Amino acid sequence: MSVEPRVRQFLLNNYLFTDDDAALGNDDSLLQKGIVDSTGMMELIAFLEEQFAIRIDDDEMVPDNLDSVNNIVAFLARKSTTRSARAGA
Amino acid sequence: MCAITGVLNLLGAPVAAPRLIDMVASVRHRGPDDTGFHVQGPIGLGHARLAVIDLAGGAQPIHNEAHTVWVVFNGEIFNYLELRAELEARGHTFYTQSDTEVLVHLYEDYGRDFVQRLNGQFAIALWDAGARRLLLVRDRVGIAPLFYYANPAELVFGSEIKALLAAGVPARPHLAAIDQIFTWWAPLAPDTAFEGIHELPPGEWLEADARGVRTGKYWDFDYPASGNYTAAPEAALADQLRSLLDDAVHIRLRADVPVGAYLSGGLDSSVIASLINQHTDVKLCTFSIGFASAGLDETPYQQAVVDDLGTQHARMDCEGGTIADALADTIWHTEIPVLRTAPVPMRLLSGFARANGFRVVLTGEGSDEVFGGYDIFKEAKVRRFWAARPDSAWRPLLLRRLYPYLDITRRGQGYVRSFFGQGLGDVEAFAFSHLPRWHTTALCKQFFAADVQSALAALPPMDVRLAASLPTGFTRWHPLNRAQYLESKLLLPGYLLSSQGDRMLMANGVEGRFPYLDHRVIEFAAALPPRLKLRVLREKYLLKRAMAGRLPAAVLTRPKQPYRAPDIAAFVAARPDCLDLMSPATLRDYGYFDAVKVGHLVRKALSGRAVGQRDNMAFIGILTTQIWHHRFIANPVRLQYRVDSSMSQGTTPCRLNHA
Repeated sequence: MSVEPRVRQFLLNNYLFTDDDAALGNDDSLLQKGIVDSTGMMELIAFLEEQFAIRIDDDEMVPDNLDSVNNIVAFLARKSTTRSARAGA
Repeated sequence: MCAITGVLNLLGAPVAAPRLIDMVASVRHRGPDDTGFHVQGPIGLGHARLAVIDLAGGAQPIHNEAHTVWVVFNGEIFNYLELRAELEARGHTFYTQSDTEVLVHLYEDYGRDFVQRLNGQFAIALWDAGARRLLLVRDRVGIAPLFYYANPAELVFGSEIKALLAAGVPARPHLAAIDQIFTWWAPLAPDTAFEGIHELPPGEWLEADARGVRTGKYWDFDYPASGNYTAAPEAALADQLRSLLDDAVHIRLRADVPVGAYLSGGLDSSVIASLINQHTDVKLCTFSIGFASAGLDETPYQQAVVDDLGTQHARMDCEGGTIADALADTIWHTEIPVLRTAPVPMRLLSGFARANGFRVVLTGEGSDEVFGGYDIFKEAKVRRFWAARPDSAWRPLLLRRLYPYLDITRRGQGYVRSFFGQGLGDVEAFAFSHLPRWHTTALCKQFFAADVQSALAALPPMDVRLAASLPTGFTRWHPLNRAQYLESKLLLPGYLLSSQGDRMLMANGVEGRFPYLDHRVIEFAAALPPRLKLRVLREKYLLKRAMAGRLPAAVLTRPKQPYRAPDIAAFVAARPDCLDLMSPATLRDYGYFDAVKVGHLVRKALSGRAVGQRDNMAFIGILTTQIWHHRFIANPVRLQYRVDSSMSQGTTPCRLNHA
């Protein structure tokens, strides 16, 4: 499964408690819509670190990176590019 | 405390005695020592007695000299000695030594207003045979419970809802009240979780006769208009408070059985234990709960107080599995769904106290409401300060002082704004202080079934009803006093004094006494300047000042820790039978919740991944709603006379540690 459906499924099952794909838009703000609270954000970070084998630094824990499906997917893509670049160097 | 029950036939037809016997049998856990009845024509009164004062002669019902006024009573009148002396001086003659007997004579002299003379905790049913009128009254703040059901033919009442069900009152769920629980944690009186069954609100009376049923209020929490506070030097007020509390404790030691105390390790119960110690040469016995989880356990603080005061202390260690196993029976006693497991250890603790030979304990509830102790008061103060400059980046940082786990500078900025920013634009809204809590709790409603959600959407908004119930002076009060009022009218009687208080105590025939809820203490504190309660962000300022030097410094200065028990965590390892009630089939059968959503929540919870308050409240709220429905609605058992099975002393599964 590619990144986006995995992230979506995690959010749908664990915060919206549904299988209904229509319940979450890719640009919906997780914080503003009350989908994720502060402890939920910790769970989300743990999920991303574990599932995508990355380490999220404190200064990366900002809404620009984590506040919607699209932000998360883009963030993961950037992390993966950085990692490949480092690996290639 | 005890249990009272009764039936008044409003059409004048006679009441059948066996019905009264069934009612009393259903609440016998509250009063295992004796039963008594008065059945005459249209009135039937029943009583189950927990003997505490005048062990030999205090059997109820009690009557006046002419046998024209009859009373059954649950609770204590702490100033009964003073009242008795006054009544005897006026020529009344007494046939017992009990506190109950002052009620009939006070009623003869003062009529319905007699309640104003009482200092105590009480639910009273008084039959005036001459006027053929029944009077029910409940204490000012809601320590003693009292429920009723009325139709054109009769009024049925009892200390617990079980007694009404035993009398044949139908058990039907009250969806609007469930909605309130999933917002406020408790329904607003007179609502209960049962359709048609009402709670007599604290501070109110009810009269019933051939003309019908009427209710009215005789007391309420009241605060001065902003600015008109008690003006006296702080030191003098601290002295006054200490002597008032001292007397509130003193009169609560009146009993013909030994009196113990609960000790949480917090300020409030430590103050009580310290004051008791000054009144007795007998070693005070104290009881506490210990948890394995360091985040919940307060044992070191308890031990500091025990060492300082030299009490005879007994601690009950409570494991998560024990809580999970005991939840279903606890809901039998709360008679209402709850959002936390915190009541369970309180029930086990009363069983522990009883097994140690105690049937009366003093306890510290009410101090946070009366003296301004809760975080929600501080949170509201910071939010109000923030609202004055909503774009400020640093004003919300003050919230970190209250909730150190909030990493506001980094990941939490967006969350803090979306959570604590609730209602920031309307600082004059009556519920400004409570909006973030209610909003978070209401998120649990996403689990309601679709048709329940639409049924609830069609009801009048609950906050409109709450707003309509507020006293006229409310808007002229200081914001802290408004928040105190809301807390004192909703969570205090609806949850803390009932689901976590009376019901858990009386499940094992133990009476709790609450010095901070002495109405003289409440009225004194209400008139204080708010800065003597919440000084900047330091809670219970005057109480701490009054007790400085009399308690270990560690207790006076420790950060406040709310009493919590393991919620979902208790179920991850233990899988009690009641979890079957969250199966898709049972969820669909009972109809409250969406089976698919709950399925996701249960999987998340039992995998150990649910850590947030939101998931915890939803899980326990759903589970206890299912248990409640299962026990009271789906399988209404004929209530039996079962003293032993409903008493858990001696069978408590907790490990006992005598310190």
